[in-house]
Amino acid sequence: MEPVRVHEGRAVPLDRSDVDTDQIIPSDWLKRVERTGFGKGLFSEWRDERDFVLNDERFAGATVLVAGSNFGTGSSREHAVWALMDYGFVAVVSPRFGDIFRNNSTKNGLVPVQVSEEAAARLRAAVAADPDLMVTVDVERRLLSAPAAGIEEPFPMDDATQERFLEGLDDIGITLRSTSEIDSYETERPAWLPTT
Amino acid sequence: MPSLNQTHVDTATLTQGIATAAADDASGRLEPAAPEAQTDSVTNAAATGARTLSEKVWDRHVVRTGGGQPDLLYIDLHLIHEVTSPQAFDGLRMSGRTVRRPDLTVATEDHNVPTADLHLPIADPISAKQVEVLRANCDEFDITLYPMGDPGQGIVHVIGPEQGLTLPGMTVVCGDSHTSTHGAFGALAFGIGTSEVEHVLASQTLPQARPSTMEVRVDGDAPAGVTAKDIVLAIIGRIGTGGGIGHIIEYRGSAIEALSMEGRMTVCNMSIEAGAKAGMVAPDETTFEYLAGRPHAPSGADWETAVADWRSLVTDEGAAFDRSVTIDGTSLRPHVTWGTNPAHVIPIDGAVPGPGDFNDPVEATTAQRALDYMGLTAGTRLSDVQVDTVFIGSCTNSRIEDLRAAAAVARGRTVADGVRTLVVPGSFAVKAQAEAEGLDAIFVEAGFDWREPGCSMCLAMNPDKLSPGERSASTSNRNFEGRQGRGGRTHLCSPEVAAATAIAGRFVTPDDLG
Repeated sequence: MEPVRVHEGRAVPLDRSDVDTDQIIPSDWLKRVERTGFGKGLFSEWRDERDFVLNDERFAGATVLVAGSNFGTGSSREHAVWALMDYGFVAVVSPRFGDIFRNNSTKNGLVPVQVSEEAAARLRAAVAADPDLMVTVDVERRLLSAPAAGIEEPFPMDDATQERFLEGLDDIGITLRSTSEIDSYETERPAWLPTT
Repeated sequence: MPSLNQTHVDTATLTQGIATAAADDASGRLEPAAPEAQTDSVTNAAATGARTLSEKVWDRHVVRTGGGQPDLLYIDLHLIHEVTSPQAFDGLRMSGRTVRRPDLTVATEDHNVPTADLHLPIADPISAKQVEVLRANCDEFDITLYPMGDPGQGIVHVIGPEQGLTLPGMTVVCGDSHTSTHGAFGALAFGIGTSEVEHVLASQTLPQARPSTMEVRVDGDAPAGVTAKDIVLAIIGRIGTGGGIGHIIEYRGSAIEALSMEGRMTVCNMSIEAGAKAGMVAPDETTFEYLAGRPHAPSGADWETAVADWRSLVTDEGAAFDRSVTIDGTSLRPHVTWGTNPAHVIPIDGAVPGPGDFNDPVEATTAQRALDYMGLTAGTRLSDVQVDTVFIGSCTNSRIEDLRAAAAVARGRTVADGVRTLVVPGSFAVKAQAEAEGLDAIFVEAGFDWREPGCSMCLAMNPDKLSPGERSASTSNRNFEGRQGRGGRTHLCSPEVAAATAIAGRFVTPDDLG
């Protein structure tokens, strides 16, 4: 994946909670066998509604999505992350993320920025009031900020995940360095465990 | 991937989430619930050495720990299907890697396969291509595949247990969030994304941050007519779609112990709908009885060794959970969802809530949007809501016990005029068993459509879909907008309520049929 250190961009407010991955990318799009081209399917049902925020030209080109709580719950489909990134998002801000969505994000270089309900609401309001507000997602300092709106919020990210973002590391490559440990673990597994 | 830091943030916001989203089972009204007891499991474990079930299973799969990296877990069983695997195999090829343990990997075709006319080619060319790609990948990497029409084929979470591939204490993953189903056996089972599928293919391991632990205790005998589905819907209504995020839930208590393996699978299946990493039930005699003699389960002396080991897979006396939620099993009733996420749920005799019942403004907006989408108004009784489609199937409720329960309701009755009904068994083995018991004839006589196995109308990737505005009673797991077809309106319920609703044409329990 590509490294992400400090990202600065405009944001778009999504005033909805419990945005599940079926909404992010409907199942019709899951039949594709490629990893690219999912941006067109992003929120495709909601984009048919005239007043959906992604149809608001004032937010065109925004790279940070600011949502309500429980973003990315539901289906494990990594296509949701591919769609968000293909559309142009670099980070998603939410008070709480679905676990699988969070993992999928960090594997692809989409930054999950978890802040309090209050901070997310404040940022959504600030962006709605000023679509040109510049928002900074600083992975190095684990800090979300929008200085013009007086917003500065730390966000949690474990050291290993942060390192992968900063260096753009390949997870599988890191694991395969431990092949000898995997080999030795396998010799200890009970023989009665099933094979397929 | 939650860090320790992250876990604390989650816990802090959790109470708030419950206060705004909790549903009181008894009244169906949305009211604040009491904050949950919290303890520090690290301190607990350090002090006493006592561990929970999930911690025991986790610990025995750690290949590597420390060094500032998440634990590297060994994966005992990797299930794959046509939808979330093609990009993973592509990734392997691009980096010149191969499948480390094809013998611990098994594939099936389930998500987009048709449930009728299996002798014909798949009509949708994109679905057909996805299935072809899976077959080519399994062939190239020597992975066992159960293709459409094969006696071993079925929904990925139905075939693993029925073949004895899912055993207590194992780690099971699949590129599908309902992998939590397998936790019913005391396995640690969770859904993963496609990058993680590639990771497991290449290394048979996954780096994972250790989740927090959560106990959901359901004590007391559930009243007659209350099923495993009702128990889990009530739990999700109580803790919300994010209530389990970052946690592995262990379901405990007499109402859980009383469930069959099919029932426990239904409960664990929907753990993800509460946001949980996984759901588990400690193995017991019910588990061993189910597994004995299954094709891949150990036999002879190995069986005795295995059972002795499995008996140790219980939460130790004195082990504490990070969170604990208790539900009175005796107060439960059949539940049906009214909105567009599984926490939008009420007892079947309740009235649909409105945005005024939610404290949080964003959740209130979401609730209003849900009402608009569902074509409902606050205060409507579910018993006055008519359906045009009934779907009995999915990895939640397509096992033999589910079909028996639905058939018992359908027997000697007739589906209401204008109601389309699909009964989709979870696997060919379930289908064969049902037909041997004559359940198919009962369904057909009552006017239900008896289909071939697959995921079907649970996620509308095959031709089984709702049309815009159509309303279903569905035994599946997600009532998200558009889940069963664009503009379709889904109400989740048990197989018993689904069958009774097919007969009445509106939401009723079997008892209401008289």
